[in-house]
Amino acid sequence: MGEFFEAAFISGLIGAMMRMATPIIFATLGEILAERSGVLNLGIEGIMLMGAMTGFIVTFGTGSLWLGVLMAAIVGMILGLLMAFLSVNLGLSQHVSVLGITLFSTGLAMFIYRLHFGSPTVPPIVEPFKQISLPLLSKIPVIGPGLFTQYSLTYLAWLLIPVMSILLYKTKLGLKIRTVGENPVVADTVGVNVTVIRTLCLVAGGALMGVGGAFLTLAHQNMFLIDVIGGRGWVSIAMVIFGNWDPLKGAIGALIFGFLDGLQLRLQGLGFDISFHIFLMIPYLLTIVALIGVSRKAAVPAGLLRPYRREEKGG
Amino acid sequence: MIRMRITKRKPLPKWARVVIPIAAIVLTLILSAIPILLAGGHLWKSYFYLFYGALGTRFNLLETFVKASPLLLTGLAVAFAFRAKFWNIGAEGQLLAGALTATVLGVYLDGIPGVLVLPVILISGFLAGGLWAAIPAILKTKLKVDDVVSTLLLNYVMIHIMGALLFGPLQQPGSSWPRSSAIIEAARYPVLLTRSRFHLGILIALLAVLVIWFINKRTIFGYRSKAVGVNIRAAQFGGINTTAVILWTALVSGGLAGLAGVGELCAIQYRLIMDISPGYGYSGIVIAMLGNLHPVGVLFSSLFFSVIIVGAHTMSRMTGVPTYIAEVIQGMALMIMLIFLLFTEYRIRVVRK
Repeated sequence: MGEFFEAAFISGLIGAMMRMATPIIFATLGEILAERSGVLNLGIEGIMLMGAMTGFIVTFGTGSLWLGVLMAAIVGMILGLLMAFLSVNLGLSQHVSVLGITLFSTGLAMFIYRLHFGSPTVPPIVEPFKQISLPLLSKIPVIGPGLFTQYSLTYLAWLLIPVMSILLYKTKLGLKIRTVGENPVVADTVGVNVTVIRTLCLVAGGALMGVGGAFLTLAHQNMFLIDVIGGRGWVSIAMVIFGNWDPLKGAIGALIFGFLDGLQLRLQGLGFDISFHIFLMIPYLLTIVALIGVSRKAAVPAGLLRPYRREEKGG
Repeated sequence: MIRMRITKRKPLPKWARVVIPIAAIVLTLILSAIPILLAGGHLWKSYFYLFYGALGTRFNLLETFVKASPLLLTGLAVAFAFRAKFWNIGAEGQLLAGALTATVLGVYLDGIPGVLVLPVILISGFLAGGLWAAIPAILKTKLKVDDVVSTLLLNYVMIHIMGALLFGPLQQPGSSWPRSSAIIEAARYPVLLTRSRFHLGILIALLAVLVIWFINKRTIFGYRSKAVGVNIRAAQFGGINTTAVILWTALVSGGLAGLAGVGELCAIQYRLIMDISPGYGYSGIVIAMLGNLHPVGVLFSSLFFSVIIVGAHTMSRMTGVPTYIAEVIQGMALMIMLIFLLFTEYRIRVVRK
């Protein structure tokens, strides 16, 4: 047990936590944006997989990692637009229409990947992102190396947390988004275009989800596998509730998940005689427990899940 | 400026409820041409092998029924839950719970008389799926935890429970793969037609259609379950114990999914492996929607999906179009069906301002 407390172990664990939290932070922020405007985006798992696949194929073909990230974001936006068409323009049941998007984009991602690579015995790989050590900060003993030797996408994710908070709470646009999410009728009455705001949030949120997916194939790993997302999209949805629809609290949830995910890998490495599946289960179980804790006082956006049609006020 | 307006319309006649899913399927098949052509497949040849592979020979046709039986059960499971607005996205986990239970019993239940083995497995598998679904139902009714999220997360919990057992106590002695020992002969579903895999599970699934139809139409519970789905507050004021109704709905729903898992284990695989289900639980959601949550509708939509899945394999072999086209088609079918259903309630008017 001695090595459990060694600085190298702790700093490695912090590093893993930051890494594993990154895709969840992107996806959680994207989902918060969508839900704050009143749309539950259950397409998240599929959108992330499309992002992971697009990022990988573009980078494989062009050698440019950032072009891969960009295209993943664009594909996420396109799927966000499709989702807006179904759930905002047509006002279909959000629960179900969006599962269609997940199924469709999951199938499509695998379909395109197979089309592009066939069924190779050795999966093709790309040269992934490298971790960047921030000067001085990464020299802080124990916590420094883990926190400040990270991928640029991880830094970007952390940057996006305050950006999202400011957007939602301090800007006029944020006020509009929250109004649309709380009460579309009132928003419409005071001249806010519900359709435009919701579409905007879904498209921007889709971009974040796409990037979250791309992180998994371009930084965390260097290849695309069927189960690369592995339920991280659904975890993000839980994190949104856990974090009470607040970017900072949602990110803290993502960090806890990242910590458990990282711990699970480390403990396996130390040869604990417990099946790794038990460890893999813990984050999901704890998320459910956390949901029990917060659900009773959850500040659900009142307009969530309610399609808005002008002709039937209160939709 | 031209704008689209969506307005309520008068209810459509009954025949529309039959015509609309068919129209949705036809449109889906037409749109499937896009991925087929993208994959460089010859269009007519691809369509031909899609249907020939599923319906062309006696064996293929029976194989389509084999594939349809888990889809029918998960489709019924989801439809029954959705009807009461219990958003059970967890049929996948409930299916695995059933398969896992069947494995444990099928491997170790060697002492009791042979004829009792299958009934014990069927009942236990049903209960395992049902109890796994009861967890999110209790979380929903007692603690207000969102059922979509909890059922989804529990799928992953069950996958890892299964993984832990397959790498642990359930692992076949001497094997390094995550797989269990084979189940005993008495635990296997009998094959009902020679030179095929047409098994008992298909009859069980068809029977389930009748049972669910009967519950929905002819029992007080079916009525209450629907009342909860239509308006839970009104149901409550009307004196219905909504908590109990949701719990029982979950039990039945999860039980049906559990039976799908039992079938896959006792009729197809004979031993538990990690990929015992290629997402039957998720396909069940689409099938339930495409079948308009009606048991007979679910029967037909599960057959349609089975045709696509079985046919996609032949098509893939003959034309090189990846089998994942089956998932793409499923996703498209769901979205198109939902759009079509919208038009049964609403119509779109183009207005000029």
